[in-house]
Amino acid sequence: MTDAPETPAKPKKRLTRRELERRRMLMRSVGAGFAAVAASLVGLYPVMTRIFDRLRPPGAIPEKQFLAACIKCGQCVQVCPVEAIKLGDGDEGYGLGVPYIDARKQACDFSCDAVQCVLACPTGALTHDIATKEEVDIGFARLARPDACLAMKGDGFKGLARGADFEGLLRYEEIDRWDPQPVASYEYDLEICDLCVRECPIENAISLEPVSDDPDDKRRMPVVHEACVGCGTCEMMCPTEPAAIVVDTGLALARGEA
Amino acid sequence: MRWYLHKLAMMFGTLPRKATPAEETDRARDMKRFQKTPDEVKKRKAAIQDEHDNPVFSRKWLYRRWASIIIINALFIVSFTWDVQLVEGSLTASRFLGFHMADPNAALQVTLAYKELMLNLLIGTATVIGLWWIVGGRAFCSWVCPYHLIAEWAEALHLWLHRKGWVKDHPFHRGLRVVLWVIFMALAWFTGYTVFEYINPVGIVSRALIYGPTIALMWVAFLLGIEVFFSRRFWCRYVCPIGLTYGITGAVAPVQVKYDLSKCLHEGECRQVCLVPHVLEITKMGYASDTEEFIGPDCTRCGLCIDVCPQDALSFTVRGLDKII
Repeated sequence: MTDAPETPAKPKKRLTRRELERRRMLMRSVGAGFAAVAASLVGLYPVMTRIFDRLRPPGAIPEKQFLAACIKCGQCVQVCPVEAIKLGDGDEGYGLGVPYIDARKQACDFSCDAVQCVLACPTGALTHDIATKEEVDIGFARLARPDACLAMKGDGFKGLARGADFEGLLRYEEIDRWDPQPVASYEYDLEICDLCVRECPIENAISLEPVSDDPDDKRRMPVVHEACVGCGTCEMMCPTEPAAIVVDTGLALARGEA
Repeated sequence: MRWYLHKLAMMFGTLPRKATPAEETDRARDMKRFQKTPDEVKKRKAAIQDEHDNPVFSRKWLYRRWASIIIINALFIVSFTWDVQLVEGSLTASRFLGFHMADPNAALQVTLAYKELMLNLLIGTATVIGLWWIVGGRAFCSWVCPYHLIAEWAEALHLWLHRKGWVKDHPFHRGLRVVLWVIFMALAWFTGYTVFEYINPVGIVSRALIYGPTIALMWVAFLLGIEVFFSRRFWCRYVCPIGLTYGITGAVAPVQVKYDLSKCLHEGECRQVCLVPHVLEITKMGYASDTEEFIGPDCTRCGLCIDVCPQDALSFTVRGLDKII
């Protein structure tokens, strides 16, 4: 017998089955909440690292605001007569469901006679402040590979601009103003390749300039002017592979990467 | 009023409970007492036996609803594929015969992220809110949402596996949906991105139907996997903020499912088929507050309970109109 009274062991509170179930359920719920938020934040990565630097449709406000204001409905996709506008996929992060243009595959050639996509946009993501194609500011064209450019070599071009398998469309006004034709259906025979200048839908946006003072020198350089709206028709039509002329996005230009 | 507030609170995650004596009408109290008289108990037992001997089986509302989901989503597809301008766009925003429509949940996120009110969006959202206020907010879920339809099939698979004893249902707290709603709206505001749209299966499925399949569908497949193997109707019950937004939209909707206490045998078949069974707790013996009452805000007006009830104790009704006719 000990005189010091034993401190009674703290009675372990046994949870009933019901309480245990409820506790598990609550833990599960907290876990699921974190998982859902974490999954949604995965989309931040491609946006931050700019894995995709996309050309946006005419009238698009600056990229960061554009991703916010776009409601991801695709109405701009539906009105484009040449189907130049595509929607981003899950690998583009918050660019999921956001419209872009892959100019090399199908440029915005203004077959619609100006900015149907802007009129279709239910938010202000494609700003209604513009009404003509000259006001568009998708990006800016740049002769990225002068060595490959046929005009720079003084070469001509004969045949289909992008080969027989190319699916892109272009407005050939002399054939049918209202029905864009497949680029693959139109044969060229050019003494000096001037496809980028010839098919540009904007006036005074691009011109071929002599490379030297020698009048016998056939070489010409495509020079992009201030009027360029970045529609990408030159990039689509360029017959070299990859294209000698490309369009830089506004974001790339702002960061001085172009 | 207090009873209605309780139903509203239930949408935000509180547990269902019995109507307190103060919330009970005299009619309801008398009816409950009457149903407990030995004579009535005997009658009820006989009626239940009769049900088991001659089971009736209806899928009236199920088929109408499936037709509605399929037709509405097909209209979107047809409009784009054949360029007939009926409903252009997708479920996040569209034009129906030229009229703007916008999903209030997506519109709210866009507004919070962009921090500017846009007129077209406001018009579109107001139209949709007006429309869904009439038919009852979450009717969007069961009569329009394409994910809902796929999830119903996944649910059927889950229930089949459950009967075989191969899977178990793991419930979650319904308050989760409210917490996530607040978090996603806050994220839209603070990050400036429509964060939730990245994991929104409704938008992903709707766009995939209209514009072609995307790799984002893998996320939808993952969610369906959870619903089949882990938790019955996980997304719609515990997560989807769109459902909550529409629920708020139709909190006092004219179109309601009405419960008739005098016809009810309290078997609970309705609660077994329901997506949101907490709204049907009133069908438990002694739980109702009145002899006739509306199911309430969180109900998706899917009609499964109406189909399954052998006593026609549940029915669609239009608030106010049912008294006139």
